[in-house]
Amino acid sequence: MAAQTTIAKGKATSATQARMKVSAGRPLPLGRQLLYQALCIFIALTVLFPIMWVVSQSFTSPDKPKIRGFLPEYGISLDAYATVLDKPTRNPVTFLELTFNSLKLSLSTSFFSVFLGVLAAYAFSRFKFPGRGFLFLAILAVLMLPSVATLVPLFTTLNQFRTGDTGDDFNLRNSLWGVGLAIVSGLLPFAVYNLKGYLDTIPKDLEEAASIDGANRNQVFFKVILPLATPALATTALFGFMGGWTEFYFSWQFLTNPKDFTLAMALSQMTGQYARTTPWSQFAAFAILVALPVSIVYLALQRYIVSGLTAGGVKS
Amino acid sequence: MATGNIATPRSEVKSPGFWQRTKDTRSAYMYVLPAGIVMTIITLYPLLFQVYMSFTDYGLTNLRRNAAAPNWVGLDNFTNIVTGDTLTNLIPNWDFFRILTFNLWWALSNVVFHVVLGVLIAVLLNVEGLWFKKIYRAIYILPVVIPAIIIATVWKKIFDTTDGPINNVMAGIFGIFGVPAASFQIPWLDNNQPIYGPLPLAYFALLTANIWLGWPLNSVVATGALQSIPKDLYEAAVVDGATGRQQFFNITVPMLRAPMLPFAIFGFITTFNLFALSYFMSEGNPYGKTELLVTQAYKLVNVNKLFGLAAAFSIYMFFILLVITLLTNRLAKFTASAD
Repeated sequence: MAAQTTIAKGKATSATQARMKVSAGRPLPLGRQLLYQALCIFIALTVLFPIMWVVSQSFTSPDKPKIRGFLPEYGISLDAYATVLDKPTRNPVTFLELTFNSLKLSLSTSFFSVFLGVLAAYAFSRFKFPGRGFLFLAILAVLMLPSVATLVPLFTTLNQFRTGDTGDDFNLRNSLWGVGLAIVSGLLPFAVYNLKGYLDTIPKDLEEAASIDGANRNQVFFKVILPLATPALATTALFGFMGGWTEFYFSWQFLTNPKDFTLAMALSQMTGQYARTTPWSQFAAFAILVALPVSIVYLALQRYIVSGLTAGGVKS
Repeated sequence: MATGNIATPRSEVKSPGFWQRTKDTRSAYMYVLPAGIVMTIITLYPLLFQVYMSFTDYGLTNLRRNAAAPNWVGLDNFTNIVTGDTLTNLIPNWDFFRILTFNLWWALSNVVFHVVLGVLIAVLLNVEGLWFKKIYRAIYILPVVIPAIIIATVWKKIFDTTDGPINNVMAGIFGIFGVPAASFQIPWLDNNQPIYGPLPLAYFALLTANIWLGWPLNSVVATGALQSIPKDLYEAAVVDGATGRQQFFNITVPMLRAPMLPFAIFGFITTFNLFALSYFMSEGNPYGKTELLVTQAYKLVNVNKLFGLAAAFSIYMFFILLVITLLTNRLAKFTASAD
């Protein structure tokens, strides 16, 4: 039988062996390596070219924002950055204050969406309780509803929590807390859904082993499950952070005190409907400053995020 | 009252009471409670309020403190949205079904490109022995971390009629063949662009930008899925004489379907609701042909201040998305069980 097979597939066998050599871990032949490298570089260029354009634009001077090819027409200048750092918007608020507000907002929305989300996700994943199916379905349903028109109800709801009506009184709606709550209302359903999916892939044997060793439910959760769920937690935390960092819609509608404004709001002022002409140099400089922290956080968490995104979809 | 043999655990000596039996349920509720409370106040209540608003003519005047309650208009908002009777005065180019069909086509065409490109590039990066894989992977994910508003504005500039690189590069290339540069002032995103058939030029500009944005995540998911396909399958195929292309279509594609399909559905819904590109790049031009349901809702709230109408619009959106999700889930189950 084997002899017949060899005769019948005479030519195929040597090609087969050649292919097996390649797939058996030997390095790629140089010709193909270079071809693939060229492809990869081409793809990288398409990914990078808008980014390079923004970087280049940010180094132009506000009164001469022209770009030729990929370099500023009139030489590199840091004027745009200086202008933006000095006076980011028409409002009396400094760049540092804007950044600080954005940080407060994004760190807290990130933390709360992950913390509350993982608790609820754990319950949905591990417990069987009455109402479980219905509640989870409700969460999925909320995920699908865009938050655009929830502006008015959120506005009126948050407005209820106030100590008075003068400018000095605390008004939940007119504060970063209120904006944070509005953001979390959108982030939580996604966090619960995502985290439950990941927790479902953690084998139950580990928890059972731990409880045999004497751990109670809470200990099992904090000491066994949470460490194992780090990739998914990192992904959810990053998305929460990005949500808070880039959010400008609710901030615009809710906040009136310039001292509370965020970076995203200032950025959105420079473009879109409300800007007759976009000041490209300043916009680019501001955009780089706004996008940089998120990119750094992402690169730091990259390992976790990749495994967090892929584990859920893979059958082990 | 010890009964039973030595092996019986102590907790089963007496029959457990109600408190003991519901321990798990109570634990479950404790875990769900924090998220549940927060979501009830800031997610559930606003949604219910929205349902109420959709039956009224809630407007700016009702938002002030101590303002009058809005008038009940019953199903007027809902019928107005579909027929557009009273709306064409307030909002030019109102056509609910045009917006809906464009939205569906937009999501579908994008997702097809995202998944195909994502998978192909993932396969490319998965080639054994390829140098610099980590660097490429880090670069390719960059579009995802840039805030959407920046992406939309930058791409708007890239497709700009006079200054945009796209037009300039094309003018440069074709200038070599003697074509005058002026013929490449293509108005991709303006209102006065030529419209060929159902899809305006602006759609292609948006499509390009969104493909740039969308394939990296699909590539990441595909990479994870690819790496979990057992190598023995490929080796067995090679022994049987399968070519690279046969291996791809008979092993890779079927094995990828399980993880990619849920992500494709997620991508469909995300693209369906993708606000930033359509709003900041084309602003719905020309004449509302690139308007999505989300951007129209936003305009109803922000520009027209018709909150009751916007609420009704959102409810329409909710049901549309519900139908889409149910259909795609049904489709996913159907293809999965057909394997």
